[in-house]
Amino acid sequence: MARLNPDNEQRARDLIALYPHPRSALIPVLHLLQAQDGYLTPEGMQHVGELVGLEAAEVRGTASFYDMFHTEPVGRYLISVCTNIACMLQGAYELLEHAQTHLGIAPGGTTADGTFTLEDAECLALCGNAPCVTVNWRFFGDMDRARFDSLLSRLAAGDLDGEVPPHGTLCRVRRTVGVPAAGASVGSAGGPDPEWHRRDGTGTGVPAEAARPGAPADGVTDGVELETVASTPAVAALDGPDSGAIR
Amino acid sequence: MTVTDAPRIVTRRLRRPRSWTLSSYLEDGGYDGLRKALSMSPSEVHDAVNVANLLGRGGAGFEAGRKWGMLAKTTPVYLAINGDESEPATFKDHMLIESDPHQLIEGSLICAYAVGADQVFLYTRGEFALGLERLQSALNEAYAYGAVGRGILGSDWSIDVVVHPGAGAYICGEETALLESLEGKRGYPRIKPPFFPAAVGLYGAPTIVNNVETVSNLPWVVLNGGEAFAALGEGRSKGTKIMALSGHVRRPGNYELEFAKATFRDLIFDPSLGAGIPGDRDLKAFIPGGVSSPWLGPDHLDTELANEKIAEVGTMAGSGAVTVMDDTTCPVRAAWRIVRFFHRESCGQCTPCREGSGWVEKIMHRIETGNGRPEDLDLLLDVCDNISPGVTWPPAQTTICVLGPSIPPAPAAAVRMFRDDFMEHIGEGRCPFPPDRLPRGVVRV
Repeated sequence: MARLNPDNEQRARDLIALYPHPRSALIPVLHLLQAQDGYLTPEGMQHVGELVGLEAAEVRGTASFYDMFHTEPVGRYLISVCTNIACMLQGAYELLEHAQTHLGIAPGGTTADGTFTLEDAECLALCGNAPCVTVNWRFFGDMDRARFDSLLSRLAAGDLDGEVPPHGTLCRVRRTVGVPAAGASVGSAGGPDPEWHRRDGTGTGVPAEAARPGAPADGVTDGVELETVASTPAVAALDGPDSGAIR
Repeated sequence: MTVTDAPRIVTRRLRRPRSWTLSSYLEDGGYDGLRKALSMSPSEVHDAVNVANLLGRGGAGFEAGRKWGMLAKTTPVYLAINGDESEPATFKDHMLIESDPHQLIEGSLICAYAVGADQVFLYTRGEFALGLERLQSALNEAYAYGAVGRGILGSDWSIDVVVHPGAGAYICGEETALLESLEGKRGYPRIKPPFFPAAVGLYGAPTIVNNVETVSNLPWVVLNGGEAFAALGEGRSKGTKIMALSGHVRRPGNYELEFAKATFRDLIFDPSLGAGIPGDRDLKAFIPGGVSSPWLGPDHLDTELANEKIAEVGTMAGSGAVTVMDDTTCPVRAAWRIVRFFHRESCGQCTPCREGSGWVEKIMHRIETGNGRPEDLDLLLDVCDNISPGVTWPPAQTTICVLGPSIPPAPAAAVRMFRDDFMEHIGEGRCPFPPDRLPRGVVRV
């Protein structure tokens, strides 16, 4: 499990092929690694380094800058409570205190059974539904104590598995088109630009498979339903049952 | 003055069922703007945007057309769309990405066509998981439809678009940090000059970085013409702007308003907009343009919502994020929370920002928790002065990027407007305000 499995390694190579320079794919590939293992393992970062042409230390050097990447195991559900200004004015610290008491952990901590990790987060951009929390980066707005407790029990019971994927999963939708053949269009770091997007017109255009029809329609991709049921879409901030606020 | 019924340019589709799908987008004229753009020359599209005087919607308010005009004439050229929306209390791009990803893709393509870009990167904040999924799904659909890829919509123009997730760093919304991040590095802003990525950007190549809301306007601008866009608003501020309203209002949310046709009073109190403060409490202060901007008080409620009008009163329109604070709000706590944010998000390159943010945070925290000393106010302002000399507006720059100078405005405004509250904290050795509480039953209109 520590290195990328063959499927993920292929996905990583597909991602790398999208960029003029392999290193640009580092963050997307690290998301892939984190989706596989739940956090970034040293062996995994080593493997990612091999794929994009970096030392493991350089991979860690980049990863450690970003809040979303974890280099230690975290719980199955990462609960991020926003406490920034808009949520704070709506009682976010009271909510965070309640979460701490309810879970018996401080921000940064993980419950003994490995189910929940609690975070004190910066603005998550759902300020119209303050206070808000995310669970594995899926949004739940208009929180109060009762809703928070109910959210946790539904998560623990597995009721929300459709909308809240396992921790580390960022994007469940795969790019299905426009992926140049791995290694064919992109040189090593510092190499030429992909053959197919040269502006002077000598390029070969986007690879043939890019034009192939059959991308999933109607917003459903890879079996992922992009309609939200339990979580809060950003548009609800202005189109709730009783606000109707786009003007 | 009342709120006009100007066309909603970027938010009009959001109420449609499954607004993020291609079928929904096509029902409402989706990709017609791109089609029209492809029938024009790139410079004609550029001219239309110049006529529209489309200002960047990310916070700096720089003319998009002028930015495009600075592009160095070498190849390759890249376009990076800034969807790393992290300014506290700003939540407009989150909504646009999640609910109308095709509009974003179409706008990006029009921009790419106008500037002659070779590849487009949609840099999206990592925390927007649903947004990333809908955007990638929309891109897959757009490829299949023929709007992206080779021979776009039957023309001989080809381009590839890549959805690129960030990974949680406010600073990556700064355009040079965004490019570093896009190169797979730590999000350290680059030293200026060169001042614009249009000269030296991604991989050292000329690069245009535009905000999500900015390019989302482009399909409308192309379809209706730059003159129609410029007919809305006044002065430099043309078209509409999404105002992200949060804090102590009955109806927080995103409101797309014509520039210069409404005031902060309308936004906060109009029944069709913010609908006033819960419990009809008094307004204490409001943050007019994201947490980097100096606060305003009730005296400035009648300021028109237009970039230059807001600048006239000593602050900025910024990202359009307005946060309302009622009379129960502790200004020390509010300013402390803002400073704490900058302290956590400082990338650490420049000493004034890295160290200064921490010291200001510590001083404000001890005042808020009742451990303040009488000399702390002077100390606080002195540290602010070291971060941005003079603590003026617009702020003086001592650091590589504008995060550093964004630290002092909130505490400086809080001290200027509410010095008595600070002295009461220090004198009584406690915070005299009630704690922020969860609403007891959400207030509904």
